[in-house]
Amino acid sequence: MDKDVPRAPHDLGGVSKFLCEPVDVEPHALTDFDKEVDALRGILGVKQVMSVDELRRGIEAIPEAEYHRLSYYRRWIRSITDNLLVKGVITEAELRAALERV
Amino acid sequence: MFPPGALVRVRNDWPETRGPVHIRTPHYLRGMPGRVVRLLGAYPNPEDLAFARPAATRALYHVAFDQPAVWQEGQGGDELLVELYEHWLEPVQ
Amino acid sequence: MNVLETDGEKLLVAVRDLLAAKGLVSSAEIAERIAITDAANPGRGARMVAKAWTDPSYRALMLSDGTRAAEALGIPMRGVAPLGVLENTDEVHNLVVCTLCSCYPRAVLGYPPFWFKSAAYRARAVRDPRGTIAEWGTVLPEGTKIRVVDSTADYRWMVIPRRPAGTDGWTEEQLAAIVREGDMIGVTVPVAGS
Repeated sequence: MDKDVPRAPHDLGGVSKFLCEPVDVEPHALTDFDKEVDALRGILGVKQVMSVDELRRGIEAIPEAEYHRLSYYRRWIRSITDNLLVKGVITEAELRAALERV
Repeated sequence: MFPPGALVRVRNDWPETRGPVHIRTPHYLRGMPGRVVRLLGAYPNPEDLAFARPAATRALYHVAFDQPAVWQEGQGGDELLVELYEHWLEPVQ
Repeated sequence: MNVLETDGEKLLVAVRDLLAAKGLVSSAEIAERIAITDAANPGRGARMVAKAWTDPSYRALMLSDGTRAAEALGIPMRGVAPLGVLENTDEVHNLVVCTLCSCYPRAVLGYPPFWFKSAAYRARAVRDPRGTIAEWGTVLPEGTKIRVVDSTADYRWMVIPRRPAGTDGWTEEQLAAIVREGDMIGVTVPVAGS
């Protein structure tokens, strides 16, 4: 039984839904995508553009179904993008234009 | 300020119900009694850092909890040890 | 469509292009950062454990100030979250988890493994720690208690596992070679035959 409390989706300690799920103990190599996202976050932190706390907030804002569907570093890039937009480092128009060129 | 050994209770508060927040106190500990093991240091409050707001420095404690009591199941003697900020802790008489 | 719902690989390319064009983050910086991060690996933590097993004053330093203990072995810790260290004993076995996200002692263990970041591990470790470590075949001796350490704030935690039997007289190098990543999180215990 889960505790009958207003738990946020990322707050996973003891959540019943996962108690019967096996832990995948196999090593999974990081892809280039993973490493680049990881590095980008680190650099943004060092340059004080976006903190790890802001990264977490952005991840926690992802709707529950998406949170579980997205891979770890896809959550990160979604949060990084969200934060860059919210903080005005990039604009949505710029982002959409850049996506057109990808 | 809590000395080692102080008995505390985690506040049974749910800021998640009042708007967008960033909370580092796990849901499973809210309202639970614990014992301060030690002061870990003092750090800017992540609840504010997460929103790029000015963040007051808060004392961070390592607090131990009886693990079976948290879940109403488990093995006697097992414990949980969790970092909690001072503003989430209340003294227990 | 909400632009945040765009495929992550496309978002990365677009964001990198924009940040480079604005002079904020270059490709060279990303490559350099990857190289620095790649250099961190569990071997660093293993060297610390091996030294703790053979040198009581180093063990004491690890337990009181993990960051300084890492730096004493030349592991770069500037700008890194404080490192906390707990040791396994006859009475207590420590198991580290981050139920809220994936906080991991990266400077001394490298990137967190897939399992550490998984919903299954994050949910199960605090509620069924013995069932969780059993996924690795780990069974603790009768009478050993488990202490689950949920990394919720500024510290990153690693564990000094118990030195296994059959290692008397081993050099630090030989000892470090049998200490694995999982041993320093608490999901496994080192054995002399590794």
